Amino acid sequence: MALLEVDGLVKHFVAERSLLGRPRAHIKAVDGVSFSLEAGKTLALVGESGCGKSTVSRLVLRLIEPDAGRIRFEGRDLLALDASALRAFRRQAQIIFQDPYASLNPRMTVGQILTEPLALHDLLPATQRRQRVEELLRLVGLEPRLALRYPHEFSGGQRQRIAIARALAVEPKLIICDEPVSALDVSIRSQILNLLRELQDRLGLAYIFVSHDLAVVKHIADRVAVMNLGRIVETAEADALFAAPRHPYSRALLSAIPVPQPQAKRSTILLQGEMPSALNPPSGCRFHTRCPFVIDRCRREEPQLVADGTGHATACHRVAELPPPGAILPKGGGFSPALAKLVAAFSRKTEGADASGVGIQDASPPTM
Amino acid sequence: MSAAPLIEIEGLRVRFHGDDGRVTHAVDTIDLSVANGATLGIVGESGCGKSVTSLAIMGLLPKQSAEVTGAIRFDGFDLLQAPDQTLRDLRGNRLAMIFQEPMTSLNPSFTIGDQIIESILRHRGGSRKSARERAIELLRRVHIPSPERRIDEYPHKLSGGMRQRVMIAMALACDPRLLIADEPTTALDVTLQAQILELMRELKAASGAAIILITHDLGVVAEVCDEVAVMYAGEIVERAPVDELFAAPQHPYTVGLLGSIPRLDHRAEQLATIEGMVPNMAQPPSGCRFAARCPFVLEACTKAPPPLAEVGHGHLSRCIRAPLERLVS
Repeated sequence: MALLEVDGLVKHFVAERSLLGRPRAHIKAVDGVSFSLEAGKTLALVGESGCGKSTVSRLVLRLIEPDAGRIRFEGRDLLALDASALRAFRRQAQIIFQDPYASLNPRMTVGQILTEPLALHDLLPATQRRQRVEELLRLVGLEPRLALRYPHEFSGGQRQRIAIARALAVEPKLIICDEPVSALDVSIRSQILNLLRELQDRLGLAYIFVSHDLAVVKHIADRVAVMNLGRIVETAEADALFAAPRHPYSRALLSAIPVPQPQAKRSTILLQGEMPSALNPPSGCRFHTRCPFVIDRCRREEPQLVADGTGHATACHRVAELPPPGAILPKGGGFSPALAKLVAAFSRKTEGADASGVGIQDASPPTM
Repeated sequence: MSAAPLIEIEGLRVRFHGDDGRVTHAVDTIDLSVANGATLGIVGESGCGKSVTSLAIMGLLPKQSAEVTGAIRFDGFDLLQAPDQTLRDLRGNRLAMIFQEPMTSLNPSFTIGDQIIESILRHRGGSRKSARERAIELLRRVHIPSPERRIDEYPHKLSGGMRQRVMIAMALACDPRLLIADEPTTALDVTLQAQILELMRELKAASGAAIILITHDLGVVAEVCDEVAVMYAGEIVERAPVDELFAAPQHPYTVGLLGSIPRLDHRAEQLATIEGMVPNMAQPPSGCRFAARCPFVLEACTKAPPPLAEVGHGHLSRCIRAPLERLVS
């Protein structure tokens, strides 16, 4: 049985009200999204701003209430839970946000931040909580003595580690990672990605990884769902999707990512025009205004997400007739043997007794 | 590099004097030059001094707190010595800049047409009518649909990608010789980023302007730059032609950066990480600034600052252990 099953999720936000308070216009943020997630696996939701990926992640935790659809966690219907059952569920599922500067209370010490979920769910007797806080800090690669510090004393990467420790405090089965590395510098980003993977292996966590960065997604995801304007347009195992993307939108997204390989020969698909508004999504296929393969049927009829035998599903009328994806991703981009060895010198484990990377900064962290 | 570079920066230093008397060494002895029609990328992480360098070139650093020394020669002027009047004549004319956040760099209370026309009238003169025609032409050049109508719209009516196009149109208003683009696509979605990068390539081919592109994204560098300077803690640690830099980097920091990005083109089980912190720039270390985080560090590295030395044709590295290949052979 899947850990999480989502079926036909819909969320429309009221964008405009009449004088009497009647809704006049809706933003169709999520419009019929279904997926499932196995325990211990990572599902990535990818797409551009406004595609509804963050809304889905909040619906799954019932941080906002869906208008329609079903969410099952370990077979239980989440939408039927009352307040106390919902609180119990939140022990099983946690969330990490994009901005580690905004998601930690500046007036609480790290120790207090990590103790709060333990106290809230009454998990440990008060006497053992301090020890648990130390364990949690070690788990995310921070020194236990840092429990007495305040969030502003940490750099962005360290704050994200604290946010991860807080999510882990209640020993959840599912963590929703909403753009967890987008605000971080590249060298820090890799530390957090490595940490998330290590924790998954060690604790058997499932992740829903929300991101706009397909290179990061390729690194971390087992399965990928590509979203456009509130709907999933393609979903597949990560390897299959990156090897041969089928939906024209997935192809355009992949081909648009700059690859750090100057001599790369690849075909770039430049989309024309702007992303339509979710306030008034196009009729038929929502991608038809930007799709290079559009035919008349696409404008009239909304394509359904149809899976083939391998579980690779695409919502496109023309999926069978599309040309092969070609060289969207450059081949053979590996490092030279010498460079690979040099890079390996930087690949120490992110965690352990050697705490060289996790001291405290003596100056305030640089800002962008 | 050709004989006469368009812009030549020599020994540029920027120090910020804080209210509490603390001095931050934001940029330290930078030498750079860009030839006509070339694109130079400056890469580095937050706080490495890349944006400060671009603001110093434009003369946009606050005079009270920023102490700028060295020389920036452009078009026969030393920009650091030039009077304000000369700088105002150059900026927006032969020297133009695009910023990261197009919403905060456009004035919300004027139409985009007003803002482009203002720049044309200031530098080129002529009638308002002909300036308006040129503005429409510029909007067309950056592929804004129905520019005759769009020119009278306010910035808030445009999407992020459109606003960045307007910024580019404005920068191009007087056919600049040098365009400085500071993270021009960072705030945009990838499909829009691809459009804007394509636009920059197209415009460069058409106008022959030189570009200094400031970014943290090595993918963007690989796609559009001819030459790259990598900055760390206020210094240039490596400079090389783009192919060289990605194939055989000669500074450990560059190696660490390349290893730490997740890649679409090949898969690494574990990403490289650069442990430790950027040094405190109020008291930069006396030796190599990367020494504390470097896996190849020697005692000599912490003794004296390493020079930026040539390790190959046009390839400079600030590392006494270069060429790095011999460390692993």
